[in-house]
Amino acid sequence: MRVRFWGTRGSIPVATTSAAIRRKVVAALTQAMTRDLDTPERVQAFVEHELDPAVLHTYGGESSCVQLDAGGDEYVLCDLGSGVRGLGNHVLATRRGAPAVFHVFMSHTHWDHIMGFPFFMPAYIPGNRITIYGCHAWLEEALRRQHGAPSFPVEWARLGAEVRFVRLEPDRAYDLAGFRVRAKRQRHTGDSYGYRFERDGRAVVYSTDSEHKLDEPGQTEAFAEFFRDADLVIFDAQYSLADAISIKEDWGHSSNVVGVELCQLARARHLCMFHHEPTYDDETIASVLAETRRFEEITRGDHAVQVSSAWDGMELEL
Amino acid sequence: MRLDHARFADVVVLSPRGRVDHATAEELKTALAPHLARCAQGQDHVVLDLAGVDYVSSAGLRVLMLAAKQAKAQGGFLAVAAVQPLVQEILEISKFTLVLRTLPTVRDAVAAASPTGLAAFERG
Repeated sequence: MRVRFWGTRGSIPVATTSAAIRRKVVAALTQAMTRDLDTPERVQAFVEHELDPAVLHTYGGESSCVQLDAGGDEYVLCDLGSGVRGLGNHVLATRRGAPAVFHVFMSHTHWDHIMGFPFFMPAYIPGNRITIYGCHAWLEEALRRQHGAPSFPVEWARLGAEVRFVRLEPDRAYDLAGFRVRAKRQRHTGDSYGYRFERDGRAVVYSTDSEHKLDEPGQTEAFAEFFRDADLVIFDAQYSLADAISIKEDWGHSSNVVGVELCQLARARHLCMFHHEPTYDDETIASVLAETRRFEEITRGDHAVQVSSAWDGMELEL
Repeated sequence: MRLDHARFADVVVLSPRGRVDHATAEELKTALAPHLARCAQGQDHVVLDLAGVDYVSSAGLRVLMLAAKQAKAQGGFLAVAAVQPLVQEILEISKFTLVLRTLPTVRDAVAAASPTGLAAFERG
């Protein structure tokens, strides 16, 4: 199974800046100073294999959208943040007009998780079929009302694809889109839902926009069970722990520290930090990643957890 | 959770021992409560001596955060001191060094709290 990240930023899409690009160019050229880069091939090899990953790419970017690719012809997605626009364009470019089927699992309906749908080109093309799953009663209303006046020039009725909504119940296992899927209610304003996807002995958890209260051991245990033995946990690590339990308490997000602790408890294999704080630049996110890896190392018992930080365009093979 | 305490005039030094994790955080909170109640303007100053603490989980950090908040709300003084290197790293990674007053030694913390406390501390 392959997991593709089309949008990883929390709360609002963030474009990289000219100043950030300038810093990257300076860093890359500085790193290259001692290398003998006298051919385009050597430059390419240096960039691919030696350049600091934090310099090579940007964490981005687009708001939440993640694709689970198990090798079938249908597309399985989590959330419709602005990242889904890029996925839609990719689908149009690669399918050359062949109809496509999409299954979308929605964490919740806050703006950053639905804002990409009006720009998802496959939704305008007859023959495509889109099923949107979620646990909120207002899921369809939330998506419909962002189409048309006064928010958008195109009315929902102009969508050419067949779009249908399926309401799921949390804590119940479903066989959908080739996966065994279970949703879990999470603490977030208006509720959010995490999803555990299982297939061919692999398990991926998508758990974003989820605050974890540290004085509720029962909840901690419940999430550890939801994450149990997962191959990958995509986790909302927007804040530092200090922020998450002080000035940003009840804002509905979690921290890198709690992500590591839950994955350790659950014996999950890989923690992928997601829903990055929009005020963080690439250097800050890279620094948080380094600190989180160190935290995992110094608090590790008999189970190691791989730690990564999602960036737009990242692919993980499970 | 074991919580030793020693008084130096108007400064109380509290010394927890062991791990402050999900299993023991509430015990620490309960043990701290009577001392924090007196950590107020014109009453006691509190120093948490963490020399005997070799691990603090997020639940333990939350207890420290609540203690600092309570002390501040009451106009009291609370600081942590003598933090082991591993716990110091945890405080830094979790950004607790920005919200907890942390001093290198117990003596430094007692000195920051009160001159009479320091005099009593130096007398032993």
